[in-house]
Amino acid sequence: MPKRILIVDDEPNIVLSLEFLMKKNGYDVETATDGEQALTAVDRQRPDLVLLDVMMPRKDGYQVCQTLRENADYANMRIVMLTAKGRDVEREKGLSLGADDYITKPFSTQDVVDKVGELLGDRS
Amino acid sequence: MPEWLIIITPFLYLGLLFAIAYAADKRADSGHSLVNNPYVYTLSIAVYCTAWTFYGSVGRAAEDGVSFLTIYLGPTLMAILWWLVLRKMIRIAKQHRITSIADLIASRYGKSMLLGGLATFIAVVGITPYIALQLKAVSASFEVLLTFPDGVESAAGMTGLIADKAFWVACLLAVFTILFGTRNIDATERLEGMVVAVAFESIVKLLAFLAVGFFVTFMLFEGPGDIVGRIQAQEDMRELLAFRDTASGYGSWLALTLLSMAAIMFLPRQFQVTVVENVNEDHLRTAAWLFPLYLLLINVFVLPIALAGMLYFGDGTVNPDNFVLALPLAEGNELLAMFVYLGGFSAATGMVIVATIALAIMVSNDLVMPALLRMRHLPVIERVGLRRLIIYLRRIIIVAIVMLGYAYFRLIAETYALVSIGLISFVAVAQFAPAILLGMYWKGASRPGALTGLVLGFAVWLYTLMLPSLADPGWLPMAPMEDGPFGIGFLTPYALFGLDDMDPITHALFWSMLANVGGVVLVSLLTRQSDMERIQATLFVDVFLRSEQDTRFWQGNATIGDVEALLARFVGEERAAEALATYVPLGDEAPEASSRQAPPELVNHAERLLSGTIGSASARVMVASIVKGEALTFEGVMEILDATSRAIEYSQQLEQKSRQLEQATSELRAANERLKELDQLKDEFVSMVSHELRTPLTSIRAFGEILMNNPDMEEPQRREFLEVVVRESERLTRLINQVLDLSKIESGWGEWQLRTLDLSAVVDEAAAATSQLFSERNVKLDLQLPDGPCPVKGDGDRLIQLVINLLSNAVKFTEPGQGPVTVQLRTVGSWQELRVTDSGPGVPDHELERIFDKFHQINDQQAGKPKGSGLGLAICKRIADLHWGAIHAENSGSAGASFIVRLPEAGGDHCDVN
Repeated sequence: MPKRILIVDDEPNIVLSLEFLMKKNGYDVETATDGEQALTAVDRQRPDLVLLDVMMPRKDGYQVCQTLRENADYANMRIVMLTAKGRDVEREKGLSLGADDYITKPFSTQDVVDKVGELLGDRS
Repeated sequence: MPEWLIIITPFLYLGLLFAIAYAADKRADSGHSLVNNPYVYTLSIAVYCTAWTFYGSVGRAAEDGVSFLTIYLGPTLMAILWWLVLRKMIRIAKQHRITSIADLIASRYGKSMLLGGLATFIAVVGITPYIALQLKAVSASFEVLLTFPDGVESAAGMTGLIADKAFWVACLLAVFTILFGTRNIDATERLEGMVVAVAFESIVKLLAFLAVGFFVTFMLFEGPGDIVGRIQAQEDMRELLAFRDTASGYGSWLALTLLSMAAIMFLPRQFQVTVVENVNEDHLRTAAWLFPLYLLLINVFVLPIALAGMLYFGDGTVNPDNFVLALPLAEGNELLAMFVYLGGFSAATGMVIVATIALAIMVSNDLVMPALLRMRHLPVIERVGLRRLIIYLRRIIIVAIVMLGYAYFRLIAETYALVSIGLISFVAVAQFAPAILLGMYWKGASRPGALTGLVLGFAVWLYTLMLPSLADPGWLPMAPMEDGPFGIGFLTPYALFGLDDMDPITHALFWSMLANVGGVVLVSLLTRQSDMERIQATLFVDVFLRSEQDTRFWQGNATIGDVEALLARFVGEERAAEALATYVPLGDEAPEASSRQAPPELVNHAERLLSGTIGSASARVMVASIVKGEALTFEGVMEILDATSRAIEYSQQLEQKSRQLEQATSELRAANERLKELDQLKDEFVSMVSHELRTPLTSIRAFGEILMNNPDMEEPQRREFLEVVVRESERLTRLINQVLDLSKIESGWGEWQLRTLDLSAVVDEAAAATSQLFSERNVKLDLQLPDGPCPVKGDGDRLIQLVINLLSNAVKFTEPGQGPVTVQLRTVGSWQELRVTDSGPGVPDHELERIFDKFHQINDQQAGKPKGSGLGLAICKRIADLHWGAIHAENSGSAGASFIVRLPEAGGDHCDVN
């Protein structure tokens, strides 16, 4: 059974590109365009990994990450933060809130695929 | 009225006065001084109102109508200036221990004995007629009370000395003056008892005059209207109510007003009560309004009484000077007559006592003492001691002065009206004005100048007023008075140099002042001042700049023993010991130390103490006699003064510097905070820009790589992805342009082209530029522009950009096919108002202000909605701000959001730049 990935970003074109990439690599993909949608989506069906943008309307990525990590059920769910703000502070903040990895925009598509594969434990 | 009652009453009254003075002195000794009170101070100044006021004003009013008022207008005008002029005089007098007006002049001009003596001489000669006038008034009132209505006053000159009441009045006053003025052995103390007694007398004379005024005006007649009405009915009296309109009339009004302004300041007795007896400068504040009020009250019934007297007695039978007494007597009101008699007696005795004491102090300090000191080894000094000698001297002088007044009275007073005699004295004391006033405000006024001025002024006074007053009653030949000496017409005393259209007083004042002021100014300009003069001139003129302690003149080459002996001789052992205890350093008080050198402070203090006892000029001579070596030069004193003031200035500068430093520090702190804030803002801006740039870049790179790695992609998908790349590239370009725009705008309007523009043309251009956008989204643009131009001052390109931003915003948030977008332009007051309304979802209320922040995106806008750079509105706001305008957003209900821009009308007040 393919692993499930939730892509959360308020930029439709970025969602579109990531969705294409993940599907191509054989994952099941679901999308959300803001923090609240993301939480709903996670509750509805738990993904194995969340690609989570930081700057989003309604609830930003940090808040979503924190909420998810507070729930023990989601303890082994992987979270990868995506951000266009490339400063070290943001990276630290994301990791300390419980994110597994951190990707800076603009990203190399290969990097994203590699990181996701690594975190999900399959070499594809 | 029985004669014994008329004689005994003044005695009783004087006894009461003396009891008051005695009690006041006792209270002062026990520390409850009555004179530290502005009301007592003001009432004591009212010693200005003498028997002349009491009887003479009515006399003058009967002759001349309202012109009697000038004598009271002058002091009232002067009272306005008291805080400026009199306060300075008081401060000077306190610092230099000035004891009299002659002492003031002497001290100012280098502690000159000659000037002090001259001023004293002028004062004695000038005031003698004034004292005579009081004697005349008292004896006349006595006669009236005794003989009315049977006899006319007997001519004083014809009775023998023993039978002459005025002689006994003079003796009585001399005795009481001695009691008031020299009761204390210590001559330096203020005469507190005298001041309180004089204040009491001022109340008595005011009440007496008001009583008779009320009686005459409201009981004898039916109020002032009645009196004036009856006067109007009589042809020959009507002009009394009018102000004289001849040229000399106005001239004499002015002259009399000026004279009385000088009198209130420079009459020796006024100087005594206002300056020497002043204990607190703040009392002047009360006196400055209360004293004019007193004058008003004591004058309010003068005219009614004068007119009533003329109506009542017809003309000629009663001397108008006696109306105040004669009216109640004629009505049989003896009690009131007695009260009036006492009031007049009060007025006369107050003046005689204070004036005589003031003159006696001057004569003893400035005439007799210098002569005595020259004969230092006179046996009498050794026998009685100097302090006792001063007291005895003053007593003799008092008797002499009063008798001099009596002599003048016997000589001429019968032929002159009260007012005329008083005015002669006024002109004499006015001679002090130039030397004192110039001396207080002009450092250049010199001793020879003051001397010349005083001598010339006094000489002119003697010639134009005193001599004729002696000639009138036949004591001098009349011919030179009328035709000029030796028949030289232009030397005629009343018409000097042919100036014959003035009355004698105005004439004398004019010539004496011309000579006096001219003498002071010209000679001062032509002569050099001695060191002592320059020191005193500086200390006087700059009196408010320095404290008493600053004034040091002696390089201390005197021994402590010498100073002690000198002080003991003049001020007593007790005060000498006090002075030594204060100024001699501990350990030096032992008897064997008396040969050591006295500290300069002690020497200077000794001089000040002596000044208070024997006058400043004598004090200087005495101190000089024990100080071996030179007094400081002007430069020396100025150096000491400057050192002190430099130290003060330096510490003030230090304080100022430290205040400035504190201020600079806090300014720096604020600037630093602001910089930090700006730095943070800039940091955030850079971070925001980087975020906004990275977002489209992310899509471009991602799709680029996808397209590259997936060559076998299906055509529609490939095309879709390429379109994304293109769109995002466009977005990137737009963003970069806007960031550049913003930074250009942020830097201000340095490169802007400021012109007067028609805002509706700007809107038209912006509409044309965005027409493509509108037609693409099928949204209608509704322009509602006024017919006329809407001039604004600004940069065309920026304003067009502003409107384009608003229009594209509006069209972006309007659903395709919906609409319209409305643009309204109108003039509101001096503002041009542009309103762009869309039919979109509107702006949440809490976002209305924040949408103008850079990169601010409304959070809950639905996904998929078109997004801008987040800079469009920030740019709009910046442009509006830089055009002295404002922008804000509001929700227009169903219609969507409105963005309103207000710009000032060109040429209006709101434009800062031309």
